[in-house]
Amino acid sequence: MAGPNSLYGPLDPAPDAGHVDAPPRMGFFTDTSVCIGCKACEVACKEWNLIPDDGFNLLGQSYDNTGGLTANSWRHVAFIEQPVANRGGATDSPGAFAGLPVGPSVSAHTAVVAAGSGQDMGTDPGIPPAVDALAAAATIAPPRAEPQFLGMPMADLPGRTMDAPRSDFRWLMMSNVCKHCTHAACLDVCPTGALFRTEFGTVVVQEDICNGCGYCIPACPYGVIDQRQDDGRAWKCTMCYDRIGDGLTPACAKACPTESIQYGELDELRARAQHRVEKLHEQGVDSARLYGNSPDDGVGGDGAFFLLLDEPEVYGLPPDPIVTTRDLPDMYKRAAVAALAMAATVVVSFLGRRP
Amino acid sequence: MRPREEAERPRDESLSPPPAGRPGSGLARDEAAGGPVRDPAVKGRRRGGGGGRGGDRSMVPPAEFRSYYGRPIVKAAVWHHDVAAYLFTGGLAAGSALLAAGGDASGRPALRRAGRVGALGALVASTYFLVHDLGRPERFLHMLRVAKPTSPMSMGTWILSAFGAAAGAAAVAEAAPLLPERGVLGVARKLLPPAGTAGQYGAALVAPALATYTAVLLADTATPSWHAAYPELPYVFAGSALASGAGVGLLAAPVAQAGPARRMAVFGAAMELYGAHRVETTKGILSEPYALGRPGRLLRTGRALTALGVAGAVLGRRSRVVSALSGLSLLTASLATRFGIFEGGLASARDPKYTVLPQRERLARRAAENGGAPDAKTQGPAQ
Repeated sequence: MAGPNSLYGPLDPAPDAGHVDAPPRMGFFTDTSVCIGCKACEVACKEWNLIPDDGFNLLGQSYDNTGGLTANSWRHVAFIEQPVANRGGATDSPGAFAGLPVGPSVSAHTAVVAAGSGQDMGTDPGIPPAVDALAAAATIAPPRAEPQFLGMPMADLPGRTMDAPRSDFRWLMMSNVCKHCTHAACLDVCPTGALFRTEFGTVVVQEDICNGCGYCIPACPYGVIDQRQDDGRAWKCTMCYDRIGDGLTPACAKACPTESIQYGELDELRARAQHRVEKLHEQGVDSARLYGNSPDDGVGGDGAFFLLLDEPEVYGLPPDPIVTTRDLPDMYKRAAVAALAMAATVVVSFLGRRP
Repeated sequence: MRPREEAERPRDESLSPPPAGRPGSGLARDEAAGGPVRDPAVKGRRRGGGGGRGGDRSMVPPAEFRSYYGRPIVKAAVWHHDVAAYLFTGGLAAGSALLAAGGDASGRPALRRAGRVGALGALVASTYFLVHDLGRPERFLHMLRVAKPTSPMSMGTWILSAFGAAAGAAAVAEAAPLLPERGVLGVARKLLPPAGTAGQYGAALVAPALATYTAVLLADTATPSWHAAYPELPYVFAGSALASGAGVGLLAAPVAQAGPARRMAVFGAAMELYGAHRVETTKGILSEPYALGRPGRLLRTGRALTALGVAGAVLGRRSRVVSALSGLSLLTASLATRFGIFEGGLASARDPKYTVLPQRERLARRAAENGGAPDAKTQGPAQ
């Protein structure tokens, strides 16, 4: 069972966890290049898994009012607005963004409002306010005299006055989810055995065992698992363990209208993803890259991996996640040395003449 | 490539303050007032270009990174101050148990008694803090379902259980002289002292593990500044535990018997200060959360009180009052240090900077080792 790669390195997790005759490892491939941001996955997930609401917030970050993955949001659709064309090529015209703010879609004002007025999501830590919300507050300029462009329609009929060419603008959308890591830190550190590896290679919390110690939450390198406040336990995506055992597709993949979320055997998904990214490169989308597909990465490959169109951190993903337990043997060794030093110190302290 | 990437950057980090713990702390506002660029329409800005960041407390050169609306990537621990307090009381229990064993072995009854009672008190507090911090306190016994080496918390549960039984027996045995000499309680009066001695040495054997496992507990997370500190954190915690145990001895024992406690204070403080110094200076940007804001103040307070306590322990060896005060100073120092380390880690998890920048550096290093310049397609883990 436990082999040399049990803590780190390429591995087939289900047999390593002790499953005999395990079925093929199942996973998600989320192709963000065809995501349309409809949030059907979020809704389907909530309905199937009977997840409570996470507050009805307006976060001031594009169309994303979910904020991130929490105990009450197991799928999360990220929206990123970028002033570039979606071809991956260089943009040649200043576009509709000339002279307009092109930074974050959160303005200083909305950041402050969002930081101050967001309802409680009912999870802990949930989605804490952005760190810079109050810094942004300090940058609010006094109201200007000249009118600002508010994104409203022009006074004239469209097309009659052409003051700017079509906008060079792209919208990145990504449905984020638990990665079901090959080396899952949450599972490694769980002290009660509430988290376990299923025969499909996924990672699931047993809600009747979890005692809410919260250790899995800082352990996750992706910041996925989270605690539900009124309940105290940790919750996250189960890859619909209650569906896939019956041969059904998980709710989010079933509901996805564009097949941005694909569910299937991981090996097949990896091949499909490779094919897709090559195709996109052929079509000139140089920015397409796979994330989490390689068994050689810091978590041994993700059971749910992604095709992204920008750097991972733009989507709120860590650029190079590493399972924390990779270093655990070294940590124990150093703690043992420190413990010995401590014992030796006491012995030395008590040597010498008696009173 | 580069200029275009900058233009499409979805948010500008010059708006973001240095790691200031939680937003809304006084520091966040102080720092923000100096630096940020006013007009978000300026393209191709660089951090530090505003000229306002020259004299701030940043210990590393400003670096650029992108994030999703400034939201944290990893989640901060949901642990409340119960766990920070447990770091202190657990260390105190371990230090006290060692003090008791040493005091008994070297014939210093005051140290023995103080150590045993101190260990039991700290143990009871530890158990309370740990159970109270659970999301489902009534399920605390689920901790004993499994013994799992990959989970420092599971290992710690078993260490604490073993320690608790032993240290409890040792402390109860101190009450033996109060029992009547005859009857059933008379038998107990005779049996308790040897059981107490066995418990005392058993607890002393487990104590170093109890004091250091908590360092592994914190370090075995994705919380950037905790994980980066894993080589030295056990020394910080071991030293802090020794110093707080010594503090109990200095508080409770007469000056004639407190000699070993003074030496323990000196050695413990040295170990703690060395470890903390390494953590605060050698981790690059990940040392920063330990220097800024509340965590920084707590750690500086801890350091000052440790120095004060050691000085008092060494210089005041003839004065009961000075000894007791230095003991108190050492105990407070240990408490401040634990809270500082705890909160520093939380601050590092709340700012995506501490997750993204070190990982970017790692990728760049790896790319350089592989002999190629980093490029967009190979920068992600998908290589």
